[in-house]
Amino acid sequence: MIVTDTTEPENNNDSSDDSIDEQKRKFLLTATGVLGGVGVACALTPFVSSWLPSAKAEAAGAPVQVDLSKIEPGQQATVEWRGKPVWIVRRTKEMLAQLPNHDDQLRDPQSLVEQQPDYAKNEFRSINPEYLVLVGVCTHLGCTPKFTPLENELGPQWPGGFFCPCHGSTFDLAGRVFKGVPAPINLEVPPYRFINEHLIEIG
Amino acid sequence: MSGLSNWIEERFPLMSTWKKHISEYYAPKNFNFLYFFGSLAMLVLVNQLLTGVWLTMFYTPTAKDAFSSVEYIMRDVNYGWLLRYMHSTGASAFFIVVYLHMFRALLYGSYQRPRELVWLLGMGLFILLLAEAFFGYLLPWGQMSYWGAQVITSLFGAIPYVGDSLVTWLRGDYHVSNATLQRFFALHIVAIPMLIIGLVYLHIVALHKVGSNNPEGIEIKKHLDEQGRPLDGIPFHPYYTLKDSVGSLIFLMIFFAIVFFAPEMGGYFLEHDNFTPADPMVTPDLIAPSWYMTPFYSILRAIPNKLLGVVAMGASILLLLFLPWLDNSPVKSMRYKGRLSRIALLVFVVSIICLGYLGTVGLTPVRQILARVFAVLYFAYFLLMPFYSRWESSLPVPERIEK
Repeated sequence: MIVTDTTEPENNNDSSDDSIDEQKRKFLLTATGVLGGVGVACALTPFVSSWLPSAKAEAAGAPVQVDLSKIEPGQQATVEWRGKPVWIVRRTKEMLAQLPNHDDQLRDPQSLVEQQPDYAKNEFRSINPEYLVLVGVCTHLGCTPKFTPLENELGPQWPGGFFCPCHGSTFDLAGRVFKGVPAPINLEVPPYRFINEHLIEIG
Repeated sequence: MSGLSNWIEERFPLMSTWKKHISEYYAPKNFNFLYFFGSLAMLVLVNQLLTGVWLTMFYTPTAKDAFSSVEYIMRDVNYGWLLRYMHSTGASAFFIVVYLHMFRALLYGSYQRPRELVWLLGMGLFILLLAEAFFGYLLPWGQMSYWGAQVITSLFGAIPYVGDSLVTWLRGDYHVSNATLQRFFALHIVAIPMLIIGLVYLHIVALHKVGSNNPEGIEIKKHLDEQGRPLDGIPFHPYYTLKDSVGSLIFLMIFFAIVFFAPEMGGYFLEHDNFTPADPMVTPDLIAPSWYMTPFYSILRAIPNKLLGVVAMGASILLLLFLPWLDNSPVKSMRYKGRLSRIALLVFVVSIICLGYLGTVGLTPVRQILARVFAVLYFAYFLLMPFYSRWESSLPVPERIEK
C-alpha cells in the first residue's frame, strides 16, 4: 500500500517544533513507495505465473516418438503434438525428383522465412529427404490442409502436395507455399530428431 | 492536477468522498490494538476474493473431478499450492480476525446506541461468512467436506413436517451429490461474496454516519472545535491509514509464516480426513467442522433432542443480534462497567473457547457434561444481561478522552 499525503495537517501538529523536514519526508515517501512497489511485484508473481502452462500441460506437450517402419512409401501419417496435427510423409523417389521442378511457382522456394529448424533448411526441408515432418496447420488461418500427393490431382499443373479446404491455399510436397494463395509463408517444420533409423522424436 | 480533479468532482464525488470517509473522517485518537481487526478483515476479504478468483480458474466443480482438480492445483499449476494455501489459511484468518473484531465490540460496547445498525449489519456479515465458509468447505470434495455437508444439511431435517423435503431440496438429490456440489460452488463464488461486499459497504456507511466508538466508550462528537471537528478525533488519513498499514504488515508476516510453514495447522485449518476423496459409503470416525464453527457445533451436540439441538444452535448465533437491546448498562466500555459485566464477559469468552475445543474432539460422558455446563453459561451471558447490566454500579465516564 502506497501512502500519499494529499492534505497538509495544519492544526494537528501538537509538538512545539512545527517545522517540517521536507527532504526527510520526500525520502521516506520514495523509499516506502519503491519498497512497496517491489512487494507488489513479488506478490503478483503467483497470480501471473499460474496462467502459464501447468506442469501437466508441459508434460502433455513433451516430445512424442513415432515408429516410421509402419509408414509405406507415398503415405502420410498424422500424430498429435501439443494439440496440433503433425504429419510425417514418406516421400517416394519420384516425389523427391519432382520437388525442384516448380521453384518459379513458389513464394519462398529457398525456405528463407524461419519456418523450420536449421537442420531442415534445405531443398527437401527435412533431415532425411525420405521423411517430411510438418506441423499440419495452414499458415493462413489455422485449418488443416488435405494431403493431395498425386500429380494432376488438383488440375493439370499440380505437382502433388497439400490443399487447404478453408481458403484454398496450396503447398508442395515439401510444405512450401505456392504463389497466388492466401497463405503467406511455408508450412512449419517442428523440431525433431532421429533416435534410430526407424524411430523419430518430435518436439 | 487540480483542473482534472475539479473536472471529475463536478461529475462524480471523488474528492469529497475521499475527504468524507478517509482524510476528513475523524476517528477517536485513542484506538488500541483491538482496532486493527476491522481493516484486517477487509485485507483478508481482498485476499479471499483474489485467490478465490484464481482458484476458480483451475478448479472443476463436479463430483467426478473436484478432488483431482484440487490435486492438480497443488501439484501442477504454477504456484497453485500458494494460491490454495493463501485461500484456506485466509478462511481461518478471516474468522480469527472477525472474532477479535466482535470481541472488541463486546468489550467496549460498540453495539450500544447509536451503533445498533453497525452491529446488526456486522452480524449479517458474520452469518454470511459462516455460510461462505460452509459452502466453500464442500468444494475440495474430501471425506470431511462430504460428511460435513451431509451433517449440516441434515440439520434442516429437524424442522417439523417439511424437514425431509427441505433437505432433499437443498441437496438436489437424496444424498449430498454432484448437484449439491454445483449449487454450493455457485453460492460460494458468486452469490455470497456479492452479498458480503454489499454488506461491508453498508457496514462502513453506517459506521461513518454515527462515528467510531473507542476503548473509553466516550462520544467524541459531543465536543467539537470551531470547524465542527471532534476535539478528541484525528483524521483517519494519514493517522490510521499509516497505523493500519503497520498492523497489516505484522499480520501478513504471521499469515505467511502459517501459509509457508504450517498451512494445515495440525489438522485445524485443513482437516486430515479431507485428504481422502469423498466416499458416500464410509463415514470418518470423527466428524468435526472447522474450528471456527465448533462452539456452535458443541451446543448442537450437547442437547439430546434433535429439534431442540438445532434450535439451540441457531439461537446461540441469533442471540448476538439482540445484544444492543439486552444491555441496559448506562456506559459502554468495560473500563467503566461494573464487576458483574466483567465477570459475565470473561465467563462467556471461556465458555466459547471450551465449547470450541470440545467440538473438535470425540464425545465422552464427562465431555458431554462439560459441554452442557458451558452451553448454559453461554446462554446465561445473554439471558441474564438485562439484569446484571442494570443492577451493577458503573463508574462515571469522563467527558473527554485524556491525553
